[in-house]
Amino acid sequence: MIKTNNLSKTYRLGKVSVHAMIDVSICIQGGEFVAVMGPSGSGKSTLMNLLGCLDQPSSGSYHLENFDIKNLNQNQLAEVRNKRIGFVFQNFNLLPRASALENVELPLLYGRVKNSQILALKALERVGLAKRSKHRPNELSGGERQRVAIARAIVNKPAIVLADEPTGNLDTSTGNEIMSIFSSLNSEGTTIILVTHERAIASFARRTIEMKDGYIYKDKINSEIAV
Amino acid sequence: MLIFDLFKMAIRSLIANTMRTFLTALGMIIGVASVISMISIGEGARQQTLSTIAKFGTNIITIKPGKKKTRHVSSDNVNTLVLEDAEAINTHIPLITGVAAQVYRSAQIKYGNKNTNTTVRGTGIKYLEIANFTLYQGRYFSSQEVRSIRRVAILGSTVVKNLFGDITPIGKEIKIDGSNYLIIGSTIPKGALSWFDPDDQIFIPVTTAQKRLFGVNNIQSIDIQAEKIEDLEIIKERVESLLRIRHGIRKTEESDFHVQNSSQWLNSWGDAAKTFTYLLGGIAGISLLVGGIGIMNIMLVSITERTKEIGIRIAIGAKKSEIMQQFLIESVLISFIGGGIGIMIGIVISRTVSKIGGWDTIVSNQSIMIAFGFSVGVGIFFGYYPARKAANLNPIDALRYE
Repeated sequence: MIKTNNLSKTYRLGKVSVHAMIDVSICIQGGEFVAVMGPSGSGKSTLMNLLGCLDQPSSGSYHLENFDIKNLNQNQLAEVRNKRIGFVFQNFNLLPRASALENVELPLLYGRVKNSQILALKALERVGLAKRSKHRPNELSGGERQRVAIARAIVNKPAIVLADEPTGNLDTSTGNEIMSIFSSLNSEGTTIILVTHERAIASFARRTIEMKDGYIYKDKINSEIAV
Repeated sequence: MLIFDLFKMAIRSLIANTMRTFLTALGMIIGVASVISMISIGEGARQQTLSTIAKFGTNIITIKPGKKKTRHVSSDNVNTLVLEDAEAINTHIPLITGVAAQVYRSAQIKYGNKNTNTTVRGTGIKYLEIANFTLYQGRYFSSQEVRSIRRVAILGSTVVKNLFGDITPIGKEIKIDGSNYLIIGSTIPKGALSWFDPDDQIFIPVTTAQKRLFGVNNIQSIDIQAEKIEDLEIIKERVESLLRIRHGIRKTEESDFHVQNSSQWLNSWGDAAKTFTYLLGGIAGISLLVGGIGIMNIMLVSITERTKEIGIRIAIGAKKSEIMQQFLIESVLISFIGGGIGIMIGIVISRTVSKIGGWDTIVSNQSIMIAFGFSVGVGIFFGYYPARKAANLNPIDALRYE
């Protein structure tokens, strides 16, 4: 599903080169639930951006579902983000002026999918928010907002959901609710890659990749999985 | 994303900032309204000038006698045109609708105890038509009356007013230089120009004027009316060569007559008025430009404000072209709305000007289309740079933007 080979990212700040990520080679199979951990500046967000096709690597290769990302043009990358990848962010990133339903509908509109309202409503039902479909983000609680964001991420039935600290702005119990949604999505076959720096959250995943200074220094299968 | 959804989104974001949208559109409203009203005022002025001039006929060639030169010695003889010249033109020159030979002088007119001094014009049966006069009462004289040198007269409206007041003059007799003339018709007033009053004249048969009144054999001018303005030049050339042959002028000699083309004069007047219109329109166009810069300014602000939204859209799969279209549609909508309201206000302004100022204004469909096209063009032109800026945002930076 995901295969990277010596993937590196170097930023240039004036004359100084900052190596955000160095030689990351990982292989993630379809249906896996992976947590990426590490202190801030360890390169985990960079990894997420590269895996999500929001950024281009400085060197190395990235194959997503056997496609070399290097060979795709801008429009094809947009289509990959639209159809194959779902994003969930720490600060939800919903459009403030659009209702929950419209937020969820948006990827369908960009993907020119028919019956977008019905499909969007189904996705909201999947996260238990069908009743609040007409509400705007500012009328929803943090947990509800994140559930809208998850509905938006899964509405196009992507193969992979990338979640960047999805519980970072939520209290523990709400965070656990969100994580159980991810767990159930994963049990239905969706690959989930999750960035977090909380052990408790990472324990929902079956595999943990730990990063430090741009390297992967630990990649292990979790023996105990939270439910 | 379908264009319909892009429109829906653009309209929603314009409504979300109603005041800002209105103020931005105001620039376009003022620009378009001033273009429409200025051009309509300029056009009105032009048409008014042209129609005033056109009262004297626009497709007319006038021939006047000139000095006859023999061996570089000018003679004072300017009586080179005769009635037969006019008849020859009438029979030999194609593409013309009428010829009117004229001989005119000022004369004393008497009716009862009233008298007035006016121009007596001896002319042919086509003159009224050529000079754009219309009969008000009675009839014009016939070719039979011209041939038999009858003493009949048609009065201009100023003469009727001076001599008869409200009484109908038809059938009455007036005295011109002492002899009686029967009044058979009168004309509708054409309206005076500042330098002369075309209604202050009397028309009589050219033969009567020559033989009975003035005692001359020559004529003072020949007016030729062309069927189409485009034919004026070719008619002019043919008339020249015909008259040169008739007058026995050798190739090396100058003509003993002048041929003038009325449309030349009209054209130069029309061009001057057109320049005036362009000038007004151009000044108004500057405000359109300023309005466009206003749109660009607001679009740049709006894109900065919505950096995060753009990042989200890119992350969930918006193509560059779709981001660009979204913002272009917004700027075009603003200019479109502004243009529409501007046209309405422009029409109101030009109507008000013509009502209060008594100045004819003409709002042509062409000027509406130009102003509208321009405003949409301005929207695209000044919306393009901000929209491209939005489309080229780095999604990672955009998502992090607070």
